[in-house]
Amino acid sequence: MALRMVKGSIDRMFDKNLQDLVRGIRNHKEDEAKYISQCIDEIKQELKQDSIAVKANAVCKLTYLQMLGYDISWAAFNIIEVMSASKFTFKRIGYLAASQCFHEGTDVIMLTTNQIRKDLSSPSQHDTGVALTGLSCFVTPDLARDLANDIMTLMSHTKPYIRKKAVLIMYKVFLKHPESLRPAFPRLKEKLEDPDPGVQSAAVNVICELARRNPKNYLSLAPLFFKLMTSSTNNWVLIKIIKLFGALTPLEPRLGKKLIEPLTNLIHSTSAMSLLYECVNTVIAVLISLSSGMPNHSASIQLCVQKLRILIEDSDQNLKYLGLLAMSKILKTHPKSVQSHKDLILQCLDDKDESIRLRALDLLYGMVSKKSLMEIVKKLMAHVDKAEGTTYRDELLTKIIDICSQSNYQHITNFEWYISILVELTRLEGTRHGHLIAAQMLDVAIRVKAIRKFAVAQMSVLLDSAPLVASSTQRNGICEVLYAAAWICGEFSEHLQEPQRTLEAMLRPKVTTLPGHIQAVYVQNVLKLYASILQQEEQAGQPEAAQQATQLLLERLPQFVQSADLEVQERASCILQLVKHVQKLQAKAVPVAEELSALFAGELNPVAPKAQKKVPVPEGLDLDAWINEPPSDSDSEDERPKAMFHEEEQRHAKPRQAEVDEEELARRREARRQEQASNPFYIKSSPSPHKRYQDAPGVEHIPVVQIDLSVPLKVPGLPLSEQYVKLEEERRHRQKLEKDKRKKRKKEKRGRRRHGSLPTESDEDIAPAQQVDIVTEEMPENALPSDEDDKDPNDPYRALDIDLDKPLADSEKLPVLKHRNAQAPKPPEKEDVPVVEKKSKKPKKKEKTHKERSRKREEGRKKSTQKKKKHKKEKEERGKDKKSKKRRPEREEATEPVQNGAPQEEPLPPMSSYCPLAENAYVKMTYDVQGSLQEDSQVTVSVILENHSRSLLKNMELSVLDSLNTKMARPEGSSVHDGVPVPFQLPPGVSNEAQFVFSVQSIVMAQKLKGTLSFIAKDEDGATQEKLDFKLHFSCSSYLLTTPCCSDAFAKLLESGDLSVSSIKVDGISMSFQNLLARICFHHHFSVVERVDSCASMYSRSIQGHHVCLLVKKGESSVSVDGKCSDATMLGNLLEEVKGTLAQC
Amino acid sequence: MIQAILVFNNHGKPRLVRFYQRFPEEIQQQIVRETFHLVLKRDDNICNFLEGGSLIGGSDYKLIYRHYATLYFVFCVDSSESELGILDLIQVFVETLDKCFENVCELDLIFHMDKDRVDRAGCVTQLSPRSCSYKAAGTLRRGFARMYTGSVCSHRLCPQPPLCHCWKERRAAGCLTWEDPVVSPVHYILQEVVMGGMVLETNMNEIVAQIEAQNRLEKSEGGLSAAPARAVSAVKNINLPEIPRNINLGDLNIKVPNLSQFV
Repeated sequence: MALRMVKGSIDRMFDKNLQDLVRGIRNHKEDEAKYISQCIDEIKQELKQDSIAVKANAVCKLTYLQMLGYDISWAAFNIIEVMSASKFTFKRIGYLAASQCFHEGTDVIMLTTNQIRKDLSSPSQHDTGVALTGLSCFVTPDLARDLANDIMTLMSHTKPYIRKKAVLIMYKVFLKHPESLRPAFPRLKEKLEDPDPGVQSAAVNVICELARRNPKNYLSLAPLFFKLMTSSTNNWVLIKIIKLFGALTPLEPRLGKKLIEPLTNLIHSTSAMSLLYECVNTVIAVLISLSSGMPNHSASIQLCVQKLRILIEDSDQNLKYLGLLAMSKILKTHPKSVQSHKDLILQCLDDKDESIRLRALDLLYGMVSKKSLMEIVKKLMAHVDKAEGTTYRDELLTKIIDICSQSNYQHITNFEWYISILVELTRLEGTRHGHLIAAQMLDVAIRVKAIRKFAVAQMSVLLDSAPLVASSTQRNGICEVLYAAAWICGEFSEHLQEPQRTLEAMLRPKVTTLPGHIQAVYVQNVLKLYASILQQEEQAGQPEAAQQATQLLLERLPQFVQSADLEVQERASCILQLVKHVQKLQAKAVPVAEELSALFAGELNPVAPKAQKKVPVPEGLDLDAWINEPPSDSDSEDERPKAMFHEEEQRHAKPRQAEVDEEELARRREARRQEQASNPFYIKSSPSPHKRYQDAPGVEHIPVVQIDLSVPLKVPGLPLSEQYVKLEEERRHRQKLEKDKRKKRKKEKRGRRRHGSLPTESDEDIAPAQQVDIVTEEMPENALPSDEDDKDPNDPYRALDIDLDKPLADSEKLPVLKHRNAQAPKPPEKEDVPVVEKKSKKPKKKEKTHKERSRKREEGRKKSTQKKKKHKKEKEERGKDKKSKKRRPEREEATEPVQNGAPQEEPLPPMSSYCPLAENAYVKMTYDVQGSLQEDSQVTVSVILENHSRSLLKNMELSVLDSLNTKMARPEGSSVHDGVPVPFQLPPGVSNEAQFVFSVQSIVMAQKLKGTLSFIAKDEDGATQEKLDFKLHFSCSSYLLTTPCCSDAFAKLLESGDLSVSSIKVDGISMSFQNLLARICFHHHFSVVERVDSCASMYSRSIQGHHVCLLVKKGESSVSVDGKCSDATMLGNLLEEVKGTLAQC
Repeated sequence: MIQAILVFNNHGKPRLVRFYQRFPEEIQQQIVRETFHLVLKRDDNICNFLEGGSLIGGSDYKLIYRHYATLYFVFCVDSSESELGILDLIQVFVETLDKCFENVCELDLIFHMDKDRVDRAGCVTQLSPRSCSYKAAGTLRRGFARMYTGSVCSHRLCPQPPLCHCWKERRAAGCLTWEDPVVSPVHYILQEVVMGGMVLETNMNEIVAQIEAQNRLEKSEGGLSAAPARAVSAVKNINLPEIPRNINLGDLNIKVPNLSQFV
């Protein structure tokens, strides 16, 4: 035995340690893999030894090999052995190895549960810390479930080092075991105010991470975070909080308004660039969320833009990059303020850093206007010439095209210029984006009818120089533009100046070196061109010229017939046969041009890319149903290849049918059209890409371009786009001069009060060179309006979408490891003790402010529970409004998603807190009253105005007759009789919400106020002044704020005995108790304190601090409600209102 | 969240690979290679952000890196992290490494690179952007103040960094020395900075205190291997003259003591 020990230790002396391994790998550069496999064999031997130190050494080496890419999962069990060593040195090695290679698929991981639990409760903070760190990397759902309670206990550990780690790891636990979120949340929230800054920072970190995924559940924490933001000096924490606010503001615009000021202060005061940048970012987010119908925050925007300009001008490339990044966010909502910094952004295009140039390009995309497009593109073209490296040049190219084509060529005033830009781009060498240019050429030529003549001229030049283009750049894909050129020349051949020449160019032997699909287009369009030449010559009475063309075709087409590309070959042989036929007819002097061109008659119309997808599936059509019976499974293997072959043969046979004579073709086409007409699934309104007969109906419906050409279209050769820029400038100058003259004349007439205005030129002033109607892309008539972009159902963060404000149910307790006869250590429900009480244990601060704060927080919480629902609704509506302005948004509350862990008895019926206020032919008003959170005598009335007329409603003004008790808050300086303007206009079919604040003195009684909405309705016929009277009803419930209350505090409150009592009873109620409670909660702003069977206690608080407690009991078909409240009158009124609600159930 | 932390040298050899999301080993290596090729192409005087794109996680993720002499430190993070904050975090990490391995040469180089640009007063604003701090944390700011301002800064630039004077004491106090295998300690240090993809601690003093406490504990337990094994392992290297004078472990140049005494 002793001998074995000695032998073992001598062996050990010769074991390699990690350093030896590293050194060895360096010394075996040539046969590294072999050396390592040797080492792994040695390690395997070492792992078989009994000594834990040897094993630890082996595992340590394995960890290094893992980094080099070797799979070490085979040693998982040994790693666990090392993890369970008693010495910290070994334990740490074990946990490190585990964190590097364990994952959910590691089967031995379930063996670790008890070991980890032991380490977590170890007296040594290092053991606990190492276990927490390791676990954070390999926590599985099982581990999370089993260890959640242990970790939660550690969150209150005495050592901040452990608390910090425990808080952080909770996020991983939540991800793997979402059920643990609700029970652990109160403690997590508590940690936000931990005395240790590290723990606090960790808690902020976790909550920010949670809130980023499901922001709406964390709105209630906003006041707490707000407090932290104004008090914390830790920039890491501040950054996290400010980022979090960025995620919250879109859900709660009022939060945004409060944020602006402190953020602006921070921007002014901080010296830390990182904090400054995040502040600016969040201010931008706030401004975006406020941008609808709010008073202007131009000062804030200016501040942001200024600060960003400083960042961009900084010599630090990182700041420059981030500045541009943030700038692009502002651009989306406030393009004007960014556009004034165009110089700076254009400067960034010259930066040596490619990422910065790309960012600047992104910005340019949003900055172009009709006025600046040509200039910006000119600059970009200069960059294209200078650019080194194809990636950046390709990026430039795509950006130029993006910029020009954005929103349906909105900014292009001169399409000739655009075509010339595209042609210039074809001279780029080595670009991958030939197809992009080609697509643009085709798109413009098809959709902008006026440009066709010009385009055709350009394209024919391009075709003429084709050998040049093709030979030099064959491999680069620029030859794709020839695809477009050939097609355009063929399709619009009637515009060609010298069709013969183009025909010749398209039939050159060089063409056969082009890729197959381009040759195919060449061949097809040669025929189109030929047809139009024949027609021209026949009309001109020159049969010889026509015969010449025929001859040319007959000579040159055979080279395509020999093509290796099937498509080319097939088309060429078809066409060759056709031409031969034509030749025979020509010999007999029979006119054929008419018939031949009939082959290609008809217009092509652009169809929207999503048109097909948007056709709704008609009722009764099952797309998944078999059309034919599926082949029986008994089909033997041998038969299958045969069937495939057969099919293929058929496919080949199809194009041959083209050889059938014209009449037959026409007949078939007609038949097909008829069939299509009677076929409900055929998209009728969108003409198929197939050709139609000239007299086919439908062409007339297409919006036809009317063009007034003020610039002569004759272009000698390839024009430079710059010429157009000059032309354009001149033209604009002329226009301006004319306008100025006109103005002057006017001014002279008026008088000389105003001196010359600044020479600003807005976009609207620039009239396009050509009046160009762009043919819009067609959509099927009954297309569905929306694009569904469903979220990924597999999103792991979805499971964490959990309501955190609801009191905990028994079923939600975390599983606690119990000894058979021992009590559970500490039920997690105790965590739910109200914050107020906990705080009182803390060392005395200024008590007053302290109370205020906690009240504010409570208010915040309840505010968000109410607002959350409302807000969601609003958001939905806005979304809908955008998508289809015609559809009337539904004003119904969607049921909340089923909450985790607390199964509901039945789905809640939809509820809305908005009641109708008034309605006339123009506008419909609904409203909701909410107690104010900041002021104890204010309520906010949210009025939704919905315009269901066809007029634009503007100058809306709400005036209310104040009572002694209730007064409307008006802007400073306005009198009692003035109305309050509604901060937006309503286009037809749109609804929006306005909020008005009222101050109330006594809230024990319901109030009614009379008021009038006046507005101007403006439509094509003119504007009319309209009025709508209404009566605002402030119920007592509207003064209540949903306030959660725990049962202890509730009991204390009832014990105090200074509440007056009253009760009501309502008969004939059939609704389930659950729904009943939900209704009371929703309409009267109560929260359930406790519920036992069909009896529940509820609590709420008024804005002036009255406590209201209810006991609701459900009998057979009746419900009795006992109430206790600090004010008897209020209780009486409230119960009447509750009765009213119950009576409707 | 931080998705991955990669440290590799100028040749793309990984020095530390830490993923906070499971990837099979071969994918990990591929990511390291691709990331290396991405950052290698970039000049030192251009910005430190890269849109990672298809590498890890998609468009929400960014690569934020810093290049120190022979080492690249790359953090792959999502949009919940502040870009400048992460740059500072890398700085904290590197400085902590520097502090824990006091006789590290390569890492020391970093701080001398800007020698000519920092005057004796060590004013931060005159530093090159590369080493300029974005001051994410108050605590960090203190750290940087120590580093770049006042007398400490001039210390840093003197031939012998101040830490050299006390390194023996520090070693006695449990600080890491060249004798410890390097790779794992770097991990242990990282574990005190980032945990499970979330920033754990940004205060360098706290981190160093933790590490030193752990190392003391390890020392008291006798370390991973006893002294004899080390001596013998030196003997095992038959070609004694070929032992390099400087061993590059984790790119931390470590001076090898003269081994002739063992022969």
